[in-house]
Amino acid sequence: MTDRPPVKDFATEWDHADPQWVADPYPIWEDLRERCPVAHTERYGGGWFPATHAGVSAIAKDTENFTSRTVIIGNGRPSELDLPAPIGVAPPITSDPPFHAIARKLLLPAFAPGPINALEPMIRELCGRLLDGLEGDVINAGMEYAKYIPPSVIRTMLGFPEDDIEKFIDFINIVLEGIDHPLEQRIEEFTPVEEYFVAQMDEHIANPRDDLTSYLLNVEIEGQKLQPEHVFGTMVLVLIAGIDTTWSAIGSAIWHLANHPDDLARLVNEPELMPVAIEEFLRFYAPVTMARLVKHDMEYLGCAMKEDDWILLGFPAANRDPSIFADADKFIIDRAQNRHVAFGLGIHRCAGSNLARLELRVAIEEFIKRYPRFELSDASAVTWASGQIRGPRELPIRVRAS
Amino acid sequence: MKVSIDPALCQGQGRCFSIAPAIFDFDDLGNGVVIGDGTLNAESVALARLAQSNCPEHAIFIEES
Ligand code: HEM
Repeated sequence: MTDRPPVKDFATEWDHADPQWVADPYPIWEDLRERCPVAHTERYGGGWFPATHAGVSAIAKDTENFTSRTVIIGNGRPSELDLPAPIGVAPPITSDPPFHAIARKLLLPAFAPGPINALEPMIRELCGRLLDGLEGDVINAGMEYAKYIPPSVIRTMLGFPEDDIEKFIDFINIVLEGIDHPLEQRIEEFTPVEEYFVAQMDEHIANPRDDLTSYLLNVEIEGQKLQPEHVFGTMVLVLIAGIDTTWSAIGSAIWHLANHPDDLARLVNEPELMPVAIEEFLRFYAPVTMARLVKHDMEYLGCAMKEDDWILLGFPAANRDPSIFADADKFIIDRAQNRHVAFGLGIHRCAGSNLARLELRVAIEEFIKRYPRFELSDASAVTWASGQIRGPRELPIRVRAS
Repeated sequence: MKVSIDPALCQGQGRCFSIAPAIFDFDDLGNGVVIGDGTLNAESVALARLAQSNCPEHAIFIEES
């Protein structure tokens, strides 16, 4: 994705992998909101980027004119090999109505606040253990802390053996890195992952217990249990949707606090602020941008859209729209009114949002309890993920004075 | 005054029941539901309005009386 020339004008050739966008997309979006407000590109085979809350909201809620068949932008027009809507490769995220509701309804009870809130002590213990393992005056809060929390939580939820955590994390890397590989390559790369997951499923069929794997194996749609491929597909979706997203959110919050000692001091001294602060972290550093495909040629929001054009749904851009948020470009840690859309809008609202919030809150609470004062050790060493998930990766934090 | 959630608009964003757990609860799918018949008293009105102003889906309605 790096062989494209640098973008000169994001209004006519936006590119979410352009180094300028990856480094600091916010001024670009602000400019687009004023000038366009729907930007166009010929890259990736052609697509549109609504930069306003109104544009993002209209498209997110419009399943008549847009499909979720492919939610990750590939190198060109969408592949014919991708399974068609309404089911798609990874239900419910790639599903359209009416099938979407069925696939979603089966997942939601496992991610509702009741079962998720019960995980809090486990997550707190996990964060404490990770912090215990960090050594030195400078720690890599991205690669040594934030990165490990979501996979360890999912591993526990699935009921896979604790000793397999390194193997499990390797598999996650295969899945995440394979997302935009051609289908045949993806199938080959996934084989060891699938074998491991199928072995775990077999083990759960022999010894059912109270975890997500047994839940998925036993849940019924219209009196029928799911096919093993559907269970595997759902597990892969949870890995794809739940790991680098939450890792990015935790990393961004730590990055912010490292740069803003005033906000850090307030959180340390006023822990009751945490729930409101979490929503502002999610608004200001929303990590997830999703794609849609245009279903048919049409005039929409003043643009001549063509069938199979990409739409990049910038939830993070919507969150900075000054017509919706007062002082949209300011991080206000106790912002009381915050209708942010970090978890999307409409029928695809993040099914894991309760879990994501819990992980983010506990990860930050435990981090600032351990390190009430910290700062970036080397701002130039911080790196940001490119593509549709945004968050810090290398994040060196000085936790003790040198 | 009475508060209600339009189930056709609610997507389970989860803001109302975390902001005002005395007024809102969640169902098995994680969607928001109003506790009781939604009648608000002098104290709960402000909280209900705060929850309303945080709902990304604009699914909360307050009926003046
Ligand atoms: C801070 C972390 C997270 C953010 C910002 C986030 C964001 C999002 C967004 C914006 C969508 C909507 C996609 C669309 O409209 O196409 C989504 C969908 C989804 N997310 Fe998350 N997510 C996060 C964490 C998680 C976690 C931890 C899980 C589960 C373990 C998860 C599971 C899902 C699923 C299953 C969907 C598809 C829902 C559907 O299509 O009905 N997410 N997420």
